[in-house]
Amino acid sequence: METTLVSRRSFLRASVIAGGGMMLAYYVEPLEKVLAAPQFGPPVTLLPASFITITPDGAITLIAKNPEIGQNIKVMLPMLIAEELDADWKAVKIEQADLIPAKYGAQIAGGSTATPSNWVPMRQLGAQCRAMLIAAAADNWGVPASECTTTPSRVHHEPSKRSASYGQLSTKAASMPVPDPKTLTMKDPKDYRIIGKNAANPDIKKIVTGKPVFGIDFTAPGMLYANYEKCPVFGGKVISANLDEVKAQPGIRHAFIVEPGPDPTALAGGVAIVADSWYQARHARDNVLKVVWDDGPTAAQGTDTYNATADDLAKKDPGQTLRKDGDVETAFSAPGAKVVEAAYSYPFLSHVPLEPQNCSASFKDGKLELWAPSQTPASGVAQTAKALGIDQKDVTLHLTRIGGGFGRRLTNDYMVEAASIAKQVGVPVKLLWTREQDMAHDFYRPAGYHYLKGAVDSSGKLVAWRNHFVSFGENNRFAQSAGLGGEEFPSRFIPNFSQLASMMPSGVPMGAMRAPGSNAIAFVMQSFIDELAHAAGKDPLQFRLDLLSNTPLPMAPPPPGTPVAFAPVAFDGPRMKAVLETVGERSGWGKTKLPKDTGMGVAFHFSHRGYFAEVAQVQVIKETNLRVHKVWVVGDIGSVGAINPTAAENISQGAVIEGMSHVMGYEITIEKGRATQSNFHQYPPLRLTQAPKEIDVYFLKSDNPPTGLGEPALPPMPPAITNAIFAVTGKRIRSLPIANLGYSWA
Amino acid sequence: MAYKLIVNGQPHTVDVPEGTPLLWVVRDVLGLHGTKYGCGMALCGCCTVHINGEATRSCTTAIQNAAGKHITTLEGLSENGTHPIQIAWEEIDVPQCGYCQAGQMMSASALLARNPHPTDADIDAAMDGNICRCGTYLRIRKAIHKAAEIAAKQQTKEPVAAAHS
Repeated sequence: METTLVSRRSFLRASVIAGGGMMLAYYVEPLEKVLAAPQFGPPVTLLPASFITITPDGAITLIAKNPEIGQNIKVMLPMLIAEELDADWKAVKIEQADLIPAKYGAQIAGGSTATPSNWVPMRQLGAQCRAMLIAAAADNWGVPASECTTTPSRVHHEPSKRSASYGQLSTKAASMPVPDPKTLTMKDPKDYRIIGKNAANPDIKKIVTGKPVFGIDFTAPGMLYANYEKCPVFGGKVISANLDEVKAQPGIRHAFIVEPGPDPTALAGGVAIVADSWYQARHARDNVLKVVWDDGPTAAQGTDTYNATADDLAKKDPGQTLRKDGDVETAFSAPGAKVVEAAYSYPFLSHVPLEPQNCSASFKDGKLELWAPSQTPASGVAQTAKALGIDQKDVTLHLTRIGGGFGRRLTNDYMVEAASIAKQVGVPVKLLWTREQDMAHDFYRPAGYHYLKGAVDSSGKLVAWRNHFVSFGENNRFAQSAGLGGEEFPSRFIPNFSQLASMMPSGVPMGAMRAPGSNAIAFVMQSFIDELAHAAGKDPLQFRLDLLSNTPLPMAPPPPGTPVAFAPVAFDGPRMKAVLETVGERSGWGKTKLPKDTGMGVAFHFSHRGYFAEVAQVQVIKETNLRVHKVWVVGDIGSVGAINPTAAENISQGAVIEGMSHVMGYEITIEKGRATQSNFHQYPPLRLTQAPKEIDVYFLKSDNPPTGLGEPALPPMPPAITNAIFAVTGKRIRSLPIANLGYSWA
Repeated sequence: MAYKLIVNGQPHTVDVPEGTPLLWVVRDVLGLHGTKYGCGMALCGCCTVHINGEATRSCTTAIQNAAGKHITTLEGLSENGTHPIQIAWEEIDVPQCGYCQAGQMMSASALLARNPHPTDADIDAAMDGNICRCGTYLRIRKAIHKAAEIAAKQQTKEPVAAAHS
């Protein structure tokens, strides 16, 4: 059996943490062991004093180390510290950390990794600090520490009826030795006062009163504003530009060509316009700037050629075999077998976070200061320092609040650009892209093509599955986020299974978008499973439960030399069955009398360690006009469920709404080597009027370590909707977005 | 060219070229960053302000068309975050990333000013132009209903001032 190490999870490059160049392909429980692997650079010992400050008046300041993109990690990580610290939560203030990996460890927003990788370390910090406070009190009182207990922000010695506040003990506690966390006992979850309860967004007052908290809002004395124009054709270069005419425009201080860096995904060449105000820069770029571009070879490429090439490749022998079990051909021709063949496809997508790409930079005396909305700031600093030819230690990075990440800000092109421009002009510069530039210069969610053939036997059991996956890549290496693993469900659950792949080169820059790989693959897998369920004459939910009840075949061994930390995670059938059964119950699947024009669709997916099953109830008016009335989401993210329930519900509902956008209207077509769609009129996010009135979110606790929530609720949503459409109309949808097929929201 | 503006009750004179969008005058000349840039084409609603009490997209409002009128930004919606919309947004914990919320609140507050008891259909019509990429729509709707309740309770104590109409 062959497997490939390059997987759809490969977005989380080790370089984001330690400046190395490896790809994180898989991970094992617990994730902090993975991130502690030598490939990620030297381990960092986290110290309580780096994260916790207690002043004599009892005020507690906790550091939130990760970038905040709307997942509310800014409060969640401090909740973990505060719980084991046994802090009075009302006395807690939260501060955003700057980028200081030597002090804070990994500071990343991506891969839904924050929960699994910080669940232990953040609580340990709190426990260590609590132990130091107890040690201080015990020393003051001349009693054994073991006789001391705590209530929120107080240490007690019951036998002598003495107590002291954390504030009173803070100075002395800071001088106590930091205990080995392995010697400390964590709280019993039943004693949690903070974890599992709603916690307020630390920035809520700033957000509702319009305080300048986002990257785009940064200002500095003497700051200039920049716009950066790159070739709309991917990989194109500047030949010449009418710089003098641009410089003659009001307010324009500088206009110059920036050469591409050695890594064009970090610094693509372009024309920088620097002005007293951003609108002046933008206006000059829109109305005056004329660039002669060398478009380069990608200019000949387009969606039409990709589509044709895919169909072509599907007819030929596949380029590689990702996994093979049993004998699909024999199973297809077995007597009584019902065979279904289908071709599925989905387009490139653009991330479109609502805050366009931006970064502010100040370069002075060989030192660089950055204010960046980045999901991978350490990686950005490494790339930026390299591009400028300076030492990383001469770079200071302040993490701003971020107006949406979705994976776009895992890459740091805007940071390298801003720094390069700032170095040239010698004063602070705020670089801001237009929305059009944001959509033209993305690392797009790759398009993909699946050519499927499956069979159920005479008893309605799913017995054979063949997928020839056609994607992008070269030399048997998939492009970024364009891969498919041999173990991707329903792999291992079907006795005759053939996962094949071919690829074609493309100049389109590709990258991770929320639930990379999964956000497209789930649509295909859960739709084709649905097709086979209907071919078998079985209820779609029951058919899935039956499939999940199969004893899975063994995982393929990882390629020789794969470090233990990178061995694959096996899909857990019983965990998925549990959430699927639960969503069936909660939605009233099969038990609800629905009007003739309304139906339910079900889908599940495992990604980022989370098991999610979702049901959509969809009304179909006049064949193509849709209203999603209600959605049920059931997720298993481990033993704690939602650490911050209000944020967990919000982000899960948001994932559903994003999934609806993927289904109906999101599509980037490529023509003459460039993205066609330029703004929201051509790339419509779901609107409030189109959103379901109810999205029921439920977390099923299981005896597993807590895992992340930023992504896993998204993948099941598109197929749940298209499966519901089939339930009502009998029309099977095999390509997205469905606006192209004539559908619209009611 | 010089233009006289009244922003959040304060007079300003700004010197910008004719045609400069009000959005960029508010942000970069007046230093009020609550109002956001999302699309520049009045498609997303991030830039929503009130002009004489009406919700207006400032990215496509040329400065000369805003001169002499009462402009309210999120910073001017209330003294200290005490507008019913702001209170409700906090109570319901609406934001995820928060970037769209200034525009959402300005559209919502304009709705409440003219319609103190909006139905779901009224909310649909008023809020359709405001995109939330993160998908907080269910909470936005809930918060508008909540704000209407809060405002109604306040009414029994004192009238709710419409924003500079």
